[in-house]
Amino acid sequence: MTLARTLAPPRVDLLRVAELVAPGSRVLDVGCGDGELLRLLVEERNVDGRGIELSQQGVNDCVAKGLSVIQGDADADLADYRNDAFDYVILSQTLQATRQPRVVLEHMLRIGRRAIVSAPNFGHWRVRAQLAFLGRMPVTESLSHSWYDTPNIHFCTIADFVALAAEVGATIDKSVALHPRGRPLNPIWPKWAWNLLGEQAIFLLHRGG
Amino acid sequence: MGDARVHVNGSIAQSLSPDSPTLRLGSDSPLRMDSGAALAPLTIAYQTYGALDPAKSNAILICHALTGDQHVANLHPVTGRPGWWETMVGPGRPIDTDRFFVICPNVLGGCMGSSGPASINPETGEPYGLDFPIVTIADMVRAQALLIDHLGIDSLFCIAGGSMGGMQVLQWAASYPDRVFAALPIATSARHSSQNIAFHEVGRQAVMADPDWRGGRYLVEGARPAKGLAVARMAAHITYLSEAALHRRFGRNLQDRSARTFSFDADFQVESYLRHQGQIFVERFDPNSYLYMTRAMDYFDLAADYGGSLASAFKDCRTRFCVVSFTSDWLFPTQDSRAIVRALNAGGASVSFVEIETDRGHDAFLLDVPDFVDTTRGFIDAAARARGIA
Repeated sequence: MTLARTLAPPRVDLLRVAELVAPGSRVLDVGCGDGELLRLLVEERNVDGRGIELSQQGVNDCVAKGLSVIQGDADADLADYRNDAFDYVILSQTLQATRQPRVVLEHMLRIGRRAIVSAPNFGHWRVRAQLAFLGRMPVTESLSHSWYDTPNIHFCTIADFVALAAEVGATIDKSVALHPRGRPLNPIWPKWAWNLLGEQAIFLLHRGG
Repeated sequence: MGDARVHVNGSIAQSLSPDSPTLRLGSDSPLRMDSGAALAPLTIAYQTYGALDPAKSNAILICHALTGDQHVANLHPVTGRPGWWETMVGPGRPIDTDRFFVICPNVLGGCMGSSGPASINPETGEPYGLDFPIVTIADMVRAQALLIDHLGIDSLFCIAGGSMGGMQVLQWAASYPDRVFAALPIATSARHSSQNIAFHEVGRQAVMADPDWRGGRYLVEGARPAKGLAVARMAAHITYLSEAALHRRFGRNLQDRSARTFSFDADFQVESYLRHQGQIFVERFDPNSYLYMTRAMDYFDLAADYGGSLASAFKDCRTRFCVVSFTSDWLFPTQDSRAIVRALNAGGASVSFVEIETDRGHDAFLLDVPDFVDTTRGFIDAAARARGIA
């Protein structure tokens, strides 16, 4: 699978997400930022891509790239989309910043035949160590905000997300945990090891059994 | 008002013989209008900028707003002021006249050379006045389509417009989806709100309450209901701004005086400003045309023409949309734009939506608002690449 062909190399976690998307499908990227993932999907996977982004700058960047992006946010605007409108609904590094992650996930599973969620793992050992040994709210390379100014208001661990998926009746078709540089963890490792060593995880889900 | 009278006459002169190219269609092909009327002859005055490419694939249609006209990017023949959208249209601008062929017609019912209530009724040899048929947004678009046919263009690269112009953009996409590659509806709505109809009614009543309106026959009787139209413009102008913009510009500052005069003079700068806006408006606009334009907007309800479903209006529409609203626009608030975006999404259309942060109110679409200019440039450039004309 060769996805690394764009000028500035895309973030490795975006490549991992992109690899889960079937070519030629319809994709909604929720919280699409400057459109890096969407453009990767459009150019490399030939998808019909749409995005939702909160920031003015992000939307402008996307529009300038020729992407179809709506200014809005996951909490407020997903309700407007009809059932099965997309093949994939992607939430990349955004779940932890939503006000109602469970409602957002339920909408994603309703709007898309598949949902792809990537999220930082609050169970990573560095996070646990900072809380356990320093007694301070964790600040790491990938979670670089202080507690008082973080947009990330709903952190979860890999185990928490797996539990939420079960609660909303979703099936996890694929999952991968990533090392800090985006290298996948050995998939045969047990889930507790993922929860300790994975800096982030990516899940491919669908609703129902 | 001595000077003004000269200009008023100038405005009527523009209506009858405009400083613009015109398309004239005779009685063999009347325009069928929503009211049931058949209009002939039909005249459409228009301006063009730039050059049409050999494949005729680089044409951009600009639809003007209620009190706008075809003079987008040239000195206005009556006022001598710059074109109304020179921030957006011109060489090197987002709507780049070095790359695109830009067309802007005066709308049907207007007063700058297209057929309207100041045109001569062939049956009487006098100006139509209120005998001119009621115009709808769809009628305006039908007339524009005839002009586009006349120019030999099958498919427009882009249609852009704000406010009433945005209504025409939406109507174009609904009526002629195959002829619109990209659409940029700005600060607009798919239906005119009750509050906006109310404001328009105030304006119309101001015109009609002027004794010089003469039941709409002022041109025949040599009168001029300038005061009524000026009041209508003053009231409307407030709705184009925002409380914050008015406060920033005028506050409670006094006009050329240090104390209140205890009279009904224009003590406050904001009063003086509005009176000035009213006065300069009547120099270039026909009062009956104002009635027809406001009515066309009031009647606009795109969903109503498609079984009450706006999504049906845009079903299977292949046009690329960029919908723009402004945070401080209370005349066409963001929720109106979001309704358009929802309908386009439901129809599966390709749509971008931006709400621009500004305190300049509805008129922001005419002003140099950097985020808005950047968004437009990005959208046009990306659409041009997709069309293969970048």
